[in-house]
Amino acid sequence: MSETWAYISNYSIYSAMAVFTLSFLAHAYETAWAVRAPQSTDSTDGNLAIKTLDYTRTEKASRIATALMILGFILLFTGVIARGISAQRVPWGNMYEFSITGALAFTGAYLAALRKYDLRWLGLLVSIAVLLTLGTAIAVLYRPSAPLVPALKSTWLVIHVSAAIISGGVFLLANAISAAYLYLDSMERKGPRTLWAQRLPSLEVLDQLSYRLVAFVFPLWTFAVIAGAIWAESAWGRYWGWDPKETWAFITWVAYAAYLHARVTIGWRGRRAAWLCLFAGSTFLFNYIYVNIYGTGKHTYSGL
Amino acid sequence: MSKAIELPELGATGLLRYSWRQLTSMRTALILLLMLGVAAIPGSVIPQRDQNPMKVSEYFTNSPTLSLWMDRFSLFDVYGSPWFSAIYILLFISLIGCVLPRSVEHFHAARALPPKTPKNLDRMEFYTTWESQGGEMEIAHTLLRSSRFRILQENNSISAEKGFTRETGNLFFHLSLVLILIGVGLGSLFGMRGYAIVNVGERFINVPTTYDSLTFGKLLSEKDLPPFVITVDNFVAKYNTFTNAPEDYTLDVSVVESPGAQPVKRTVKVNSPLRFGSTNVYLQANGYSPIVTVRDSAGNVALQGPVPFLPQDGNLKSIGAIKVPDADPQIGFVATFLPTQARDSVRGGISVFPEALDPKMLFSIWRGDLGLNTGVPQSVYRIDTSKMERIGLESLKPGESFSYDGGSITFETYVPWVNLQVVRDPGKNYALLGGIVAILGLLASLFTRRRRIWIRISESGKVEVAGLAKNSAPGLEAEIARVVSSLKGEK
Repeated sequence: MSETWAYISNYSIYSAMAVFTLSFLAHAYETAWAVRAPQSTDSTDGNLAIKTLDYTRTEKASRIATALMILGFILLFTGVIARGISAQRVPWGNMYEFSITGALAFTGAYLAALRKYDLRWLGLLVSIAVLLTLGTAIAVLYRPSAPLVPALKSTWLVIHVSAAIISGGVFLLANAISAAYLYLDSMERKGPRTLWAQRLPSLEVLDQLSYRLVAFVFPLWTFAVIAGAIWAESAWGRYWGWDPKETWAFITWVAYAAYLHARVTIGWRGRRAAWLCLFAGSTFLFNYIYVNIYGTGKHTYSGL
Repeated sequence: MSKAIELPELGATGLLRYSWRQLTSMRTALILLLMLGVAAIPGSVIPQRDQNPMKVSEYFTNSPTLSLWMDRFSLFDVYGSPWFSAIYILLFISLIGCVLPRSVEHFHAARALPPKTPKNLDRMEFYTTWESQGGEMEIAHTLLRSSRFRILQENNSISAEKGFTRETGNLFFHLSLVLILIGVGLGSLFGMRGYAIVNVGERFINVPTTYDSLTFGKLLSEKDLPPFVITVDNFVAKYNTFTNAPEDYTLDVSVVESPGAQPVKRTVKVNSPLRFGSTNVYLQANGYSPIVTVRDSAGNVALQGPVPFLPQDGNLKSIGAIKVPDADPQIGFVATFLPTQARDSVRGGISVFPEALDPKMLFSIWRGDLGLNTGVPQSVYRIDTSKMERIGLESLKPGESFSYDGGSITFETYVPWVNLQVVRDPGKNYALLGGIVAILGLLASLFTRRRRIWIRISESGKVEVAGLAKNSAPGLEAEIARVVSSLKGEK
């Protein structure tokens, strides 16, 4: 029974990867084919050589790309749930499971933000990031579905880990946007944007968007840390012990707190804010990758 | 004529005031905040005494000089070091110095009425105007009051303001961090933490001598230990048969909370400790204690009872030392306990499963001076064999005996032991309260917007509506549109 579910989970995740690959290709097609070569009938003045962007030509591709992204999300969701059913617990017991759930949260954050903002340009980045995460998960981190160790058997697993994973997904999305900001900013310093980059939002919008994402999810991250402390109190006898994972969660918290203060109180914008945002996000990634795999301490659940 | 440039004297108070301004400035706070983050990093890379004393002593053995210098900079106690403390103390002083004056200011501002309606509303945001139909002021007043705006009513205008929760939440968030710090401080001053290994079937009495290790906060003494007694009735560990990983630990105990009270049966699990007020008892680790009987050559019992062994790996291969100080000459057994024994061509005796399915004890027998009277503290799991000679090598299964020159040893059976961690932390509830307030404060400050709305009926009979949002927060336009449509009588 549980083996069947484990197979369902694995096949769902393989299919999700295939679908994300197609979505990536559709996004790439859209980005590339929207550029229109100059045609002699276009203009009679000196701007003949200027290429133009024409999104009506790739409208269909972009719709397909997003539809595939949603399909990938559903498959990935099925994979994560089936993994949970096969192990008869929440699927957050080792690093393979953290990774597939993290990829799910990241895709979810992107799709949720897409409803409100025109973020389709980001799909190229999101799909490749999700593909890389899933690929690493399957190739390097995969472990057969197994029950939890006693310390993880707690309701707090659901609360603490879900809050941490969702926060992580949104932090990484904010990071992607900040990175896009820095890239476009340096491009604009040299002159007008290259053609394919013209559809991307203005620098102000990117700046504001990454701030909103961080401000929105910062309370959730605070909650994840506090929920972890409450759990640690009942499992390990102390709510805070400067375990490497705890330390880095604290560093991430401090970095984002600094980012919010820098923006709201001192009024940092633009490059400096984007760099700070990237720094904060990298502390989260470092915590996830380095501390899980090479770290010592009590949070070594990677199963590696 | 003197040519010296005259600088204004700062003076002592001036200097103090200047330093205070610098310290409480936002820029300084931000730098301190980032410094705190950076200062936390070394503690996650270098082993810390609190978490991993063994690793620290390894450092000292491997590179003594470097370790000595690292120790001088408190790199093995980062989170209690002077420099780490200096950063967070300065940060908190800066925070308090910033938040307290703001709290007072906010307290006054929150009770004051909104400022008067400005003369030229058309310079404000989202200005709308139309011919008055009459009754707009009344509708506006009810509408704004019901959405909990604070209102200043003038002759022909209304000035309304909302969103003070933003600053309230912000201030509460920062004050709650102080509360968390107080909680942490109380815990370290009035807290205690101790560990004790207890064999199944034995009792743990909460007095200092029963502990294997015990540390008190600076303002707590041993008299404050609550007088409970815990009898370890049973311990069951379940392991996964494929991965060998533990699946469940269940510890059954009988608890006598105070002398003369009736024993109460309780169950302890990893995530559910025993709780006595602010003292908790946790199940921390487990292992095996072989029960042995050692006799001298005349057949008199020299030692009998369970001896806790220290697990070395996930399959609970455990090492231990059976010391018989009363034998003459002294006898010691350097032993290994294998819960499920197997032979490995390279490593020799290994355990292949953590449950005791096929237990075996391997040991070497040593005769001579155990070195117990030298005054140097010894590990209970190891024997200093430098003044001893080896007289035998054997392995036994439960129930078997072995005779050597000068006596015999019987491996009777084995019992599990559990490591109980007893913790008292009177500050944790303050920290928890601080944490909850911090989240609520954050939510309030990040998700409310401070904004003003004005409505005026001009002398020419026109209704004018406009607004202003602090930090140009979004959403005001829609809000004003709603006010306008209600005033116009649209639904």
